[in-house]
Amino acid sequence: MTRKEFAYFFLRNKKVIFAMCVLGFLTFLAVVGPYISPYKDPLAFVGLGYQPPSKQHWLGTNTFGQDIFTQLVHGLRTSLFVGLVGGSLATVIGLLIGFVAGYRGGWIDELLMMFTNILMVIPTLALLIIIAAYLPYRGIFIQSLIIGFTAWPWTARAVRAQTLSLKTREFVDLARITARRPLKIIFGEIMPNMMSYVFMVFILQFGGAILAATGLDFIGLGPTRGMSLGIMLQQATLWNAIQLGMWWWAITPGAVITLIVATLYIMNTGLDEIFNPKLREM
Amino acid sequence: MRKYLTKKAIIYLITFFFAVTIDWVIPRFMPGNPIHFLISRFATLPESVKVIQSYFTQAFGLDKPLHEQYLNFWRALLKGDFGISIYLYPQPVAKVIARSLPYTLIVLLPAALLSFAVGNRLGAFVARKRKLDNFALPIFYTLTAAPYFWFGILLAWLLGVVFRLFPIAGAYSFAMTPSFSWRFVVNFLYHWVLPFSSLFLVMLGGWAIGMRNMIIYELEANYSRYLESLGASQSLIRRYAYRNAILPQVTGLAIQLGTVVAGSLTTEIVFSYPGIGYILMQGILNQDYFLIQGCFLFIILGVLIANFLIDIFYVIIDPRIRKSYTGEV
Amino acid sequence: MRDALLTVRDLKIYYRTLYGYVKAVDGVTFELRDGEVLGIAGESGCGKSTLGNGLVLLKPPMKYVGGEAILDGKNIMALSQREIKRIRYEKISIIPQYAMDALNPTKKIKQIVDDLLREHNSSFEEKRELIEERLAIVNLSKKVLNMYPIELSGGMKQRLVMVISTLMNPDVLVADEITSALDVSTQRSVVQMLYEMKEKKAMKSIIFITHDLAVLYQIADRIMVMYAGKVAEISPTEEIVRQPLHPYTKMLLASLPKIGVRFVNERLKGIPGYPPNLLNIGPGCRFRERCPKAFAKCEQDPPIFDLNGRKVSCWLFERGDGR
Repeated sequence: MTRKEFAYFFLRNKKVIFAMCVLGFLTFLAVVGPYISPYKDPLAFVGLGYQPPSKQHWLGTNTFGQDIFTQLVHGLRTSLFVGLVGGSLATVIGLLIGFVAGYRGGWIDELLMMFTNILMVIPTLALLIIIAAYLPYRGIFIQSLIIGFTAWPWTARAVRAQTLSLKTREFVDLARITARRPLKIIFGEIMPNMMSYVFMVFILQFGGAILAATGLDFIGLGPTRGMSLGIMLQQATLWNAIQLGMWWWAITPGAVITLIVATLYIMNTGLDEIFNPKLREM
Repeated sequence: MRKYLTKKAIIYLITFFFAVTIDWVIPRFMPGNPIHFLISRFATLPESVKVIQSYFTQAFGLDKPLHEQYLNFWRALLKGDFGISIYLYPQPVAKVIARSLPYTLIVLLPAALLSFAVGNRLGAFVARKRKLDNFALPIFYTLTAAPYFWFGILLAWLLGVVFRLFPIAGAYSFAMTPSFSWRFVVNFLYHWVLPFSSLFLVMLGGWAIGMRNMIIYELEANYSRYLESLGASQSLIRRYAYRNAILPQVTGLAIQLGTVVAGSLTTEIVFSYPGIGYILMQGILNQDYFLIQGCFLFIILGVLIANFLIDIFYVIIDPRIRKSYTGEV
Repeated sequence: MRDALLTVRDLKIYYRTLYGYVKAVDGVTFELRDGEVLGIAGESGCGKSTLGNGLVLLKPPMKYVGGEAILDGKNIMALSQREIKRIRYEKISIIPQYAMDALNPTKKIKQIVDDLLREHNSSFEEKRELIEERLAIVNLSKKVLNMYPIELSGGMKQRLVMVISTLMNPDVLVADEITSALDVSTQRSVVQMLYEMKEKKAMKSIIFITHDLAVLYQIADRIMVMYAGKVAEISPTEEIVRQPLHPYTKMLLASLPKIGVRFVNERLKGIPGYPPNLLNIGPGCRFRERCPKAFAKCEQDPPIFDLNGRKVSCWLFERGDGR
């Protein structure tokens, strides 16, 4: 589809507009939040504990007297970072493997797919736990890496399927006949048709990475220093926030994560409608 | 069909082999010596340190060459020996896991199966009318986007603390002992509702959305059009579409198994429900490597078996696999 | 003259798109008589498939805009959902263009037929004899009934659809490009099977849609030539081939290769130019851009002139005989 058509549908799709607004707001919050919060250090003890939201502490304080809002915006940064890096890594790996397997076929395909299937059956969290449990130091970058390296299998399979179907299309055969080099074929003919699909895959990986990171953090295998939304939830559970009625501590971080991921899914559905004419609401 | 199942079985065996190897490899090649962590728990005197260190080194067989350690690992595994738990010393890991497994299963299995059944029906139903679709879809999206454990927290807070309807910790009251009395069963159920519900609802969202999309796709297929051209009622067309749309959903169930299991583990932690997830968490907090390893292997085994069962089930319900000559769909 | 089973008057079916209406069927009028095979011919995009499918099932973005199609005394384009369900299959049926893909892949043939028949107060058992009879006509063994579609070849599936679509002995059968993807000998056998079914009263009349005039010459009693959403000419087969009236028909026939004539000796005459874009198209004869005989009056919509039962939509025939 032309750029003009894309822009037309893009701006008219309610789901996409909604998603962009929410994500834009959250990104803004992540970037600007730490600066507008009256407290700079999320781990500093700045007030009385157990305080519900008030003017001094916009989202209240936790058991130790740390400001929840500050923790939230710092945590948001971490979570978005992991989502971006981990998600991108997983997408890229999945793309490469899927492409090569689909385009080359033969024993390379069989081997790669066997490897993919094996990795896919193993529950990701279990794998992450094993790896993370033995790392002496865990930073958010490492976390993104291990998430990226374990989350790609379904993408590889999907990309391979797409490549296979595109590979047999006539315009690729045409390119082959004109003796274009394989790399040029991949980037010139097959890729553009997959761009929309790849973007949608990336969105799912982004959301998935955030959820995986949060899960890891919650179990206690998150970054050894720093703050993330998952860590906030872990702390809240560990210190019985619910039993003590501190909903601002336990519920808010999770609500933000749910918001991010749900918005990403909605955006994906919207994009699907834009790219697939059959789904469009006329 | 046999070819298809054999191929799958081989993949699962290889996966298991792979998983066991990873499980064995990682602790040994990660920087740091696990013994040191263990020692730091026990020792304050340098003399004791040496004794304990040699004891543990022997116990873990770390003084033997690597390949021998690997083989010993397999030998022990096949005998059902997962090692001794450090945190719950001297209980064998296998026993700890066996004790926790029923609690995991009783929440996980009903939640997974029921959410699949109900979620798919809901998804198909919602696809009928646009207005209903627009209303229900955001709800489903929110459900499926929620981290399992957070949803557990949410339910715990709403129904446990605010409305005080259900208890939020443990599988049964601390005051009671397990028995088959009516009182115990009721008490058990009370404790069961929240963890079950949080898993159930989150999974439900996912199935509903998936089925809704699949149904729309099937309803636009040529065979649906043909039926309609020949005067078939909407209910027949929908019935056919549902039957066809369920197939990729079953495949999806197999793929999702890993995530579902992970979700149930974290949910157990929220509710201090004494299943595998709970003791895994304890193992992590206490750096009990044997316990972690054992849980990991056990989870993998469970997932592989479940995958295989689902594959068999899929062959039964999709005639195309039985009739076609290829191994893949 | 036999009774008209289906009377279509000024039927308009448009496609609703982002940029406006594509006037795919724009004021088509014709009659389908009892017992006849009416061929609808024309190039791709002339509206014949839209017409055929639109009579049976209107799916968005197709939109019924005006005119009528009278079957059994009722305008089938404007019926309620409940009424139209009974008309379909029982009075009017279709062998779709996607016949090879028309069967649910996860159900046995027997099951599909049974479910379909039950929607019309019948059942597989009730029609068992008839089904076996018809299967014999199309050269399919009874065994296919217990198979799944995946076990059948494309050709077998198409013949199966021919049987299934006519089980209720409809008055009108729309055959949408059923020979278009086939080689010549298979075309012949399919056409023969269809004819045999008609002899055995599987259907009363057939609307045979194709771009292939040669096939129509074999099977059609009358031929309706469509161009760009409008009717160009409707004439009995013999007459249209011997003496085509509309300039488009003339050029169409001239562009067909003739037996015994080689390209070296006599070049094929094509029709220069392209069909007009039907999006928001304006008035006037739609063929005028490519017509060698176009003149000033062609800027207005030509009405349908009747010449001894033959219908032509061309200003040349205003005064009766092609000046």
